[in-house]
Formats: sequence, structure tokens, C-alpha cells
Amino acid sequence: MNVSDSTPAMNNLMGSEADSQRTLYPYVTGTSVVGIKYKDGILLAADMGGSYGSTLRYKTVERLKSVGKHSIIGASGEISDFQEIMRNLDDLILYDNMWDDGNSFGPKEVHNYLTRMMYNRRNKFNPLWNSLVLGGVKNGQKYLGTVSMIGVHYEDNHVATGFGNHLARPLLRDEWHENLTFEEGVKLLEKCMRVLLYRDRSAVNKLQIAKITEEGVTISQPYALKTFWGFSAFQNPTAGAEGSW
Amino acid sequence: MTKQHANWSPYDINGGTVVAIAGADYCVIAADTRMSTGYSILTRDYSKIIQLADKSVMASSGFQADVRALQKVLEARHLIYQHQHNKQMSCPAMAQLLSNTLYFKRFFPYYAFNVLGGLDSEGKGCVFTYDAVGSYERVGYSSQGSGSTLITPYLDNQLKSPSPLLLPAKDAVTPLSESEAIDLVKTCFVSATERDIYTGDKLEIVILNASGKRRDYMELRKD
Repeated sequence: MNVSDSTPAMNNLMGSEADSQRTLYPYVTGTSVVGIKYKDGILLAADMGGSYGSTLRYKTVERLKSVGKHSIIGASGEISDFQEIMRNLDDLILYDNMWDDGNSFGPKEVHNYLTRMMYNRRNKFNPLWNSLVLGGVKNGQKYLGTVSMIGVHYEDNHVATGFGNHLARPLLRDEWHENLTFEEGVKLLEKCMRVLLYRDRSAVNKLQIAKITEEGVTISQPYALKTFWGFSAFQNPTAGAEGSW
Repeated sequence: MTKQHANWSPYDINGGTVVAIAGADYCVIAADTRMSTGYSILTRDYSKIIQLADKSVMASSGFQADVRALQKVLEARHLIYQHQHNKQMSCPAMAQLLSNTLYFKRFFPYYAFNVLGGLDSEGKGCVFTYDAVGSYERVGYSSQGSGSTLITPYLDNQLKSPSPLLLPAKDAVTPLSESEAIDLVKTCFVSATERDIYTGDKLEIVILNASGKRRDYMELRKD
């Protein structure tokens, strides 16, 4: 997505009084979410960090949530906007339940709702500053999709937001295949999350993995990944340039 | 205090190329399936083609969220048309609707570059080509999107189209057979894929003719 200054033409479309009400930039943000399809359903991974600019301010932010019986959502971007989205989704599921007609929204329906919501806010120049991953299983059909803050959306066998697109997707393109077992899927996600932990400065070493199958949703307890920093080059980093830092 | 400028853009370029060629009794509509943003590939398997009516197929590239919204608006309008008139919209009618829909958002455009292909009321192939704000024209063939600058000159040469300046206007509908047109389209995309980074992965071809609709796929370079 292009994050660039608006053109003079664009400014004429936005009133100045309404400026105080519009989202200009995000404050507390979550970083990448990674999702994959596996044999029995969907696996999502996200760390628990909430950054405040360059400060890693919050470290217990749950960025993976369940939506109804058949879906799970992972969010990156502005955390308060994610909380707003969850309020909307919880209402959506509530009204769906109130029909009491034996039918319930599956992941495709929820993803479509999210896409329309994000696109409509973009049309009003007041976006929800998130990139979302939506996965689920209904009647044996697995679904994994994503939608960005301007409404760009797609489904695939593996998806990621933010840095995950640059670091995790290539790994997934190489190593993902149909009918991964749960253990294989988790191992693959952990590999992605480890690379993100090393290379994304907003990543924190406390992550959760969410699993959804026909049977239901499980979101793991938070845990940390093992990392290795014992490279000889790190031992004496200024060896090649004495006096530098 | 100077006015605040947004640091986000409501538009994005998701790339891709679309082509359509009209024949005497068929129409070929094709598009690659790559969706990109910046220098990243988002997915290699996204369809840019949608069937709006029995004899109208639209292919669009540009900003995917706008393309999808445009598709939904046209689908809904066609459904209403069917309820009101108890028949399918003809391709020329859908062409006008698309133009009007695009111009409706003249001052906050759908960033979508469309080709509409199908069969007219006489069963002849027709292709309509558009810009982002609804300016349109019926042509014998067209290409839009990131690879269009590479494909259009090639089609001009291969289809030996008559000069648009001729009076009376000469029909640019190609005398090629359906399979020849499909081969031509495949060649277009293979060539565009070589030099356009936003075109590649897979080619989706839809063929409309008197017997109905057919869909073909072909792998393209993934780099």
C-alpha cells in the first residue's frame, strides 16, 4: 500500500473541520500476522506486542480472536481500531445468532463483511488502520483470506500482513504444501515467526498460535521462541574497525 | 499551522494485464492472475475476470478493492435488471451501464481499467474498452493494465486492424478462428510476462460463443 503525501487534488476533497475526526496515523500498533491452511483447518500466528512508535510499549496484546463458531481473526496495525472491529464483529455474530435459524456465518461471510467495512471507511477517508487475516472452516471447507486498510483483499493457502509479506510468504511459498499435519504447520509458522523476530524491530518474543478446525477454536497460551545470538561476528562487532561502535 | 496532509493513499496499484479479442461469432477475454503491491506479490491466483451476464464478461486491472466494488455494483444492477425486465442484459447495454457507473464516481474514481467482452444481439463478438472514468468505445480488440503498452502494438500488427480514421468505419472484428485467437492471446501474455514485472504466474482465458462459456488456464513465468 502506498503511504505517500496526498496530492493537492486530494486535499480539496477533505474538509478541514472534519480533520480532527479522521484517522491520520496509527498510535499503538501490532506487527505481522501469519496464517496457513493445514490438513484439518487453519493456523494463525501473531506475537503479543503493541508498539507505540518505536517503543515496545505493550507486551500482552491478544491479536488473535475467534469470531463466531467458524472463524478466527488476526489483526495488525492500530490496536484500538481492532477493538472497534471486534465490537462490530461481535454484534454481527450476535444478530446472526438471534435469527436462531440453525445457520451461522462462516469465514467467507465474515471476510466479506470485513472487506466491505474496510473499503467503506477508506471511501470516507477515515480508515480503520489495520491489516486483517481471517481464517476458518465450515462444512469441511477451509478458508483463509486477508484484507488491508484500503480494502485490498484476497484468499490463498497462506497469507501474512506487514513484514510477514516480505519475510514469511517466501518461506511459505517454498515449504507449504497441502495436508500439513498440525505439528508440521506449527513448526512452519514458528520458522516464519522466528525470522520475523530476528528481522522485524517491532516483533516481541511472546507469541500465540490460533487453530481452527471443524471441531472448534483453540488459541494457545503465550510462549517464546528459542533464538540464537552466538554468532562469532556478534562477539566482537568492532573488530574490523577499532574505535567504532 | 499548515493543513494536515494524509500519510496514506486511498489507492494502490495491484497490477496485472487484461486483453479481449472479438471474432465473428466468439469473444476471447483473458487476464493474468497475479496480484501485486509495490515490489511484492500478494497472490499468484487471483481472478480478474467476472461474468456479469450471459453474454458479457468483464476483465479489470488496477486497484483491486475498487475493481471488486465495481464488479459488485454491476452484478447487483444486473440482478435488478433481470427482476424488472425478465431477461439478461445485452452486452452493449452492459457496456453503457459500466460507463455510467464509472462516470458516477468521476470525482473519486474507481481506479479500474476495464475491458468488456461478449456477444452482441446478433451473436457477433464485441469488445468495449474503457478508461478509469467511463470513456468507452466498441473495438475489435483491446488490452488494458500494466502490460497493455507491450501487448497493444503486437495486436495492432497481428490483427492488421484497419485505420480508425477510415470513413466509413471498417469493422475491426478479426476473421481469425477461435483457436487462432486463443493462441494469439497466449503469445501476448507470454511476451508481456517477459518484460512486465506485474504480469505473470498464470493466464486465465474465458471464451464466449454460441454454445456458451468456456474457461482455459495456462502457466506463465513466476519471476
